[in-house]
Amino acid sequence: MPPEESTNVSSAPSAAHARRRRLSGLIRKEFIQILRDPSSIAIAFLLPVVLLLIFGYGVSLDAEHVPVAVVVEEPSADTASLVSGFQGSRYFEPMMLRDVESAEKALMSRQVLAIIHLRANFSRQFRQPNGAPVQVIVNGTDSNTGRLVLGYVQGVWRNWLERQAIARGQALVMPLEVQQRVWFNSRLSSRDFLVPGLIAIIMTLIGALLTALVMAREWERGTMEALMVTPVTMSEVLVGKLVPYFILGLGGMALSVVMGIWLFGVPLRGSVWLLLIGASLFLLAALGMGLLISTITKNQFVAGQVAIITTFLPAFILSGFIFDIASMPPIVQGITHLLPARYFVALLQTLFLAGNVWSVILPNALALAAFAAFFLGASRRKLRKRLE
Amino acid sequence: MVPPGNLDPSVSEAEAVLEFRAVSRRFIAGGRTVQALDNVSLLVRRGRVTGLIGPDGAGKTTLMRLAVGLLLPDQGRVTTLGFDTVRDSLAVQATVGYMPQRFGLYEDLSVQENLDLYADLQGVPPEARAGRYAELMRMTGLARFTGRLAGRLSGGMKQKLGLACTLVRPPRLLLLDEPTVGVDPVSRRELWQIVYRLVQQEGMTVLLSTAYLDEAERCDEVILMHEGEVLGHGPPQIFREPLRGRTYMVNAPGTSKRAMQARLAAASFVIDALIQGDRVRLVVEAEAPPEPARWFPEIEGLEVQPVPPRLEDGFVAALREKRPQGGARSGTSPTSAIMRTGRGTAEFVIEVKGVKRRFGNFFAVKGVTFQVARGEVFGLLGANGAGKSTTFRMLCGLLPASEGNLRVAGIDLRHAASAARRRIGYMSQRFSLYGHLSVRENLHFFSRAYGLSGKQQRERLDWALGQFELDQMADAPSMDLPLGHKQRLAMACALMHEPEILFLDEPTSGVDPLARREFWRRINSLAEQGVTIMVTTHFMEEAEYCDRLAIMADGEILAIGSPEEIKRLQRTTQCPDPTMEDAFIALIEGKGQPPN
Repeated sequence: MPPEESTNVSSAPSAAHARRRRLSGLIRKEFIQILRDPSSIAIAFLLPVVLLLIFGYGVSLDAEHVPVAVVVEEPSADTASLVSGFQGSRYFEPMMLRDVESAEKALMSRQVLAIIHLRANFSRQFRQPNGAPVQVIVNGTDSNTGRLVLGYVQGVWRNWLERQAIARGQALVMPLEVQQRVWFNSRLSSRDFLVPGLIAIIMTLIGALLTALVMAREWERGTMEALMVTPVTMSEVLVGKLVPYFILGLGGMALSVVMGIWLFGVPLRGSVWLLLIGASLFLLAALGMGLLISTITKNQFVAGQVAIITTFLPAFILSGFIFDIASMPPIVQGITHLLPARYFVALLQTLFLAGNVWSVILPNALALAAFAAFFLGASRRKLRKRLE
Repeated sequence: MVPPGNLDPSVSEAEAVLEFRAVSRRFIAGGRTVQALDNVSLLVRRGRVTGLIGPDGAGKTTLMRLAVGLLLPDQGRVTTLGFDTVRDSLAVQATVGYMPQRFGLYEDLSVQENLDLYADLQGVPPEARAGRYAELMRMTGLARFTGRLAGRLSGGMKQKLGLACTLVRPPRLLLLDEPTVGVDPVSRRELWQIVYRLVQQEGMTVLLSTAYLDEAERCDEVILMHEGEVLGHGPPQIFREPLRGRTYMVNAPGTSKRAMQARLAAASFVIDALIQGDRVRLVVEAEAPPEPARWFPEIEGLEVQPVPPRLEDGFVAALREKRPQGGARSGTSPTSAIMRTGRGTAEFVIEVKGVKRRFGNFFAVKGVTFQVARGEVFGLLGANGAGKSTTFRMLCGLLPASEGNLRVAGIDLRHAASAARRRIGYMSQRFSLYGHLSVRENLHFFSRAYGLSGKQQRERLDWALGQFELDQMADAPSMDLPLGHKQRLAMACALMHEPEILFLDEPTSGVDPLARREFWRRINSLAEQGVTIMVTTHFMEEAEYCDRLAIMADGEILAIGSPEEIKRLQRTTQCPDPTMEDAFIALIEGKGQPPN
């Protein structure tokens, strides 16, 4: 029995027309759902703001205003000028104490992170050829901060010695001199380093988590079955999901970049266009991964869990956003190559702090494109118009 | 192999809209292979309404999904509207209309937005839309609600919107998978009017599956399925006629209808015994002894009247042959002598006086008053959104009343809701089981939750497994059980602490007629032992099983009384012997449409 009305996909102009209409219908539907569901808006716009505020203002890898106990057993002119070096430094909040016991108590109770101990014979010994010992005790629980504090103490110490030498009219003789120049992040501000990486984390969340939920929702609510019994193709369903969340993701990205530049003063040294291209590639990879998770699990709760565990957590820890990849064990370094976030973090940090360094941008962008192609292709293959 | 060409030479090529040829389909679920369809061949004819009936797991949904190419056959061929569903599934899907069980609506989209989406997907040109929408909205009565979110519609309205979305582009074949589950009789009747109009005016072909056999009776043709096989296919009378002369209405004034039913069902030649108001409907074997008046000499004043057979009789008879064990036949009370509750007299165990419940500005229940006596089976009926569930939740102490008095088992729910809760059992519509726990673990958990432990708990567990015939599958995860078994388990869980009152919220929704009979057999025997039963249902036939019932609409009780009294209220000259459904619809329509 031949069909009476030809609804075949091959009848050219009207078919393309019908396809466009189906796609626009799907995309409009998805946008309406996004607008009516406060949780997706929250993930796309509120979450970046909250994360940026926490990391921008709250989390810092720098050590500043570190409380230290300064124990001076016998005050003299020398000790006073050394102590003033600590008091004048922005890195320290010195607390003046007379005996080591109370300083140790303060260290134990975490009131101070370090003790600087000048003995009673400091002034006398200082003028001897062997010099005076200064005891420094650091709370090494947080090894990173401990090392920073030690370095700062030595800096204060060196400055004081130089001043003393000048006062005595002689130059402080050093066997060699280090000329330090810090490139890219010349203020050595950890915020400038964190914010670009954070954008990658935010994008991972928006991309993977949102899309992981939405496809599973169609299965859970039984709407997928109804969709399938329409002339719509599964590629159209996929594109219908991709476009709205791509736009939403770029919106979240723009918000993060604007906040980073205007609120936190992070420099953007590279090109905005390259940033847009890189973000688009990464977003496609993240969306593809979310769709793949969603297509396989068909369950919102499981999809959400899987998305967090396989995308957000690894991106947080292994992307180089906070922890340096080069100092990880080789096996873990190998694993980081499987994370799209790793390439995006490298790309972002370069674009923000260094500029258009093609030797970094090109390989990372290519890796992102490969991930996007892989995940989108895999979800298209997995998404069949069948209820198995 | 079946040779090409039609199976039935009397059906011409052009008449066959859907054709299955020797189709088989298996599923693998939890390590077991389920033969969902086994060598099924059938034809659905143009311009007719074909009903698909059969118990749970018969393969009805699988058949529907195969017909639209959402599933592929393992063997055989499915041809829909001339297209092979394997090669041309997209072409099939572009020409049929299919409404899945859950209607496929986007609940966060409005009525209009849902329509627009499906019009876009179905390729309805913009210029054709205004006319089609107006027609669909008139047909479904949704015109006033186009701006409302689909999720805010009542069950019956959702079902009609689902149908409207399926019909935005008029399909030549319309497939409806259990479109009337959980939908009230008024909405069901409206849906049927729409279906008939589509067939008569637009020449559409309709295939629908249903658990309501009175609906199947209205179909031109019926397909009866059982465990993946087609047991029969033809007009409803071919199922009814073999039973002619074997169906009776039995009445014995002065005998309790439940006792009488149990007695009748125990007779070896009885296929089916069903309470209808204060009478019992009887279906007997062909080899039944002659002279019905002598069948039950021990029942005093027994009147036996022959009545015409129904489709349901044929259904039950056909399935009893397939599943001879168990069912309504065994007349012995399955739960006998275990329940400790004593039989009381006219003592009221549920007293509801002027109870109201407000949600914001909206009164879900607007002052209801009724009493239920100990050992009574009391039914609560009403359209979707009539306030039944709210009333139920208040009675179970799950929701405080805004106004009025509620006493359950003599306890005022305002002061001691938790004390009252210990004396009631509650079985919710969705059965509330832990799917990953086994049958035994579910029973263990619920009995512990009600404070049972040690020897007592072990005894109740054994009782439940034995009485509900669950010992065979005691260690199977409850999510893998067939629906009828899940229902039994849910009931067992609600009875672990031997409650005096049992609340059942649409306990048989979506359950097939055989499982429904078995379920009611247990309910009846509980009631005989003095347990008070309060039940909501959309099956009018089940309303007949109740001692008394209340019909609710719009938060108020419209009528209260025994099934006979309620039916008598609606007796008119046009309708001298109204069915419960007639009475229900007349009551609801007399009240007018609820102002949504």
